[in-house]
Amino acid sequence: MASGYKAAAKRALVERPEVRSAVTKATLHFDGNRARAYGEIDAEAWRDWAAGVKRHLLGRLDRYLEEAEAGLRAHGAVVHWAENAADVQEILRALVADYGVSRVVKGKSMLSEEVEVNPLLESLGVEVFETDLGEYIIQLAGEPPSHIVGPAIHKGLEEIRALFHEKLGTPADAEPTELAAAARRVLRDAFLSAEMGISGANFVVAETGTVVLVENEGNIRLTTSAPRVHVALVGIEKLLPRFGDLEVFLQLLARAATGQKIGTFVSLINGPRREGEPDGPEHLHVIFVDNGRSSVLADDEMYEALSCIRCGACLNACPVYRQTGGHAYGQVYSGPIGVVLTPGLKDPGLAAELGYACSLCTACADVCPVRIPLPGQILAWRRRSVERGLVSGGEKLAFNGYAAMVTRPRFYRLGSKLLRLGKGLTGAPWLPVLGAWAAGHGPLEPSPKSFREIWEEELAGE
Amino acid sequence: MRVAFFVTCLADQFFAEAAADAVRLLRSLGVEVVFPREQTCCGQPAYNAGHWDAARKMALHTQQVFAGYDYVVLPSGSCTTMVRAYTPRLFEGDRPRYEAALDLAGRTYELSEFLVKVLDVGDLGRGLEGMKLAYHHGCHVSRELGIRQEPVSLLEAAGAEIVPWEADNECCGFGGVFAVKNAPVSLAMADRKLDTLPAVDALTSADGACLMHMAGRARTRGLNLKVRHLASLLWEARNG
Repeated sequence: MASGYKAAAKRALVERPEVRSAVTKATLHFDGNRARAYGEIDAEAWRDWAAGVKRHLLGRLDRYLEEAEAGLRAHGAVVHWAENAADVQEILRALVADYGVSRVVKGKSMLSEEVEVNPLLESLGVEVFETDLGEYIIQLAGEPPSHIVGPAIHKGLEEIRALFHEKLGTPADAEPTELAAAARRVLRDAFLSAEMGISGANFVVAETGTVVLVENEGNIRLTTSAPRVHVALVGIEKLLPRFGDLEVFLQLLARAATGQKIGTFVSLINGPRREGEPDGPEHLHVIFVDNGRSSVLADDEMYEALSCIRCGACLNACPVYRQTGGHAYGQVYSGPIGVVLTPGLKDPGLAAELGYACSLCTACADVCPVRIPLPGQILAWRRRSVERGLVSGGEKLAFNGYAAMVTRPRFYRLGSKLLRLGKGLTGAPWLPVLGAWAAGHGPLEPSPKSFREIWEEELAGE
Repeated sequence: MRVAFFVTCLADQFFAEAAADAVRLLRSLGVEVVFPREQTCCGQPAYNAGHWDAARKMALHTQQVFAGYDYVVLPSGSCTTMVRAYTPRLFEGDRPRYEAALDLAGRTYELSEFLVKVLDVGDLGRGLEGMKLAYHHGCHVSRELGIRQEPVSLLEAAGAEIVPWEADNECCGFGGVFAVKNAPVSLAMADRKLDTLPAVDALTSADGACLMHMAGRARTRGLNLKVRHLASLLWEARNG
């Protein structure tokens, strides 16, 4: 079976048409809410400001990371540094052993997908519970998330009903509220019995050493406060310089992601439980993870993508993403931001296929709350793929041949004549491009006369 | 006022009558229209596919062909965007050519934009009275150049009704090489457009490539879809 985006996208459309319906419906809904929520504020100015703060941060990231580390330590957190997935896994392995962990509850974290936390924990015999409802659904289904914010948006109600019926024994025709209640019963027990909670972080404020988490379900607050140990996985780009920056970023994140004014729950975590406090974890470990980010930071054309606050707005706006959902991309991050980040984080060679999972419609650039120049970056990956010889020789030959023809008007005119020699030519198998076009659209139908013929015959004399 | 008409390779080959209508329309408004015969392609297909060396050659050719004219007018939104917004990027770090690219960009207009912004024409005539149209906003012309109102207001002023269409500003799925490299997704995007299209007399747009994509898809699905290039409707507005 062929792998890669192209084959997976085709398979998704042919074999899982219900995914297209579910994803289109959900993303149009989110994008509509985003548009309305942007309309309530001076979104252009907010986005300019937020983009400026993130670019400033990225220019001085080393200093802000040190400031954040000092603040977190002062609050009693333990700070770890992980260069890659293997480092994260080693740190987690040690923490699981040190604290005698047999059950882990998790808040939604894309970074934990990136560094493959669940497979590691399971290999250690630890029971893992995803506690975000969407994440819980896909964990039951044995699938990765298909969207940064809505990990299960590719699943319609019927599919979730059948899944819960099979795995949790709910009635085959259970209402959504019954389904949520069934998940809640399992997860409540997990929250109360887990020794460790693992979360991501939406932001870490350098100035105050504060881990900031935004959510709508309350599961992250439980994950980070009920178990004895809280581990926060943080990409090094997730910092904000000052506490005051949250005023804009918390609102912009919620507006961009779901159209809310602010997330239902916002947790500001300043260290583990202190003397005399009634609740909270005994231990807080913050793991700062690089995993390819510093090489993106060093890339002049790509570094702005590290401004990303994982709102998912570009996925919701992307008509390409809408047709297949995230799984077709075969990567942790999908949609426009996934196309831009993945080759930089993992392997530039991935751009040869992912870079073309885009029609360059630029809708993503219009919605990004931190103004990442996504279309230009996607195009830069294409340019690099061509420069590095990662696209087919035939394609390169075709474009060079086309350039040679159109920069010699005599040859262009000759080509124009050839195009009108007959339909056999325009559906010609010797030009694979024309064949591929004809398969979806029928053969090309040139105008009976080219414009330049009409010009010479009718218009030039006037 | 002397206007160089840049027909674009796509309109030259596939929307030749609409392009001729654009010339007829401009002349009827008193504009002196010339057609520099050496013109060919703006280079956008290569630019968008990442073949920038090839794109530079074509862009340079275009720069030379259109040097010195007061205005350059195109019956194509995305080719206008190539000249205005993208070509300068090809010459970053090459000062003389970058400046030449900006100079050409500053003189280049999409047809409906030229009518409204330069000729200050708001009303071409009532030749489209009673016609029901769907207007597809091409991605580049609408998002990169912000040209949304000009074509619609000219069509409405001519008596056409632009029927509301929930997907009017969504990408049709053409995307140059995208239509070939990821054909199934590209066609699914066209389906979203076609499946939401209201009942109209014709679908129109400033972008011929988008119209070809949607019309071709409609044809293979056996749908009856009439497409009209914006240029021919605007001439009909005046002349119909």
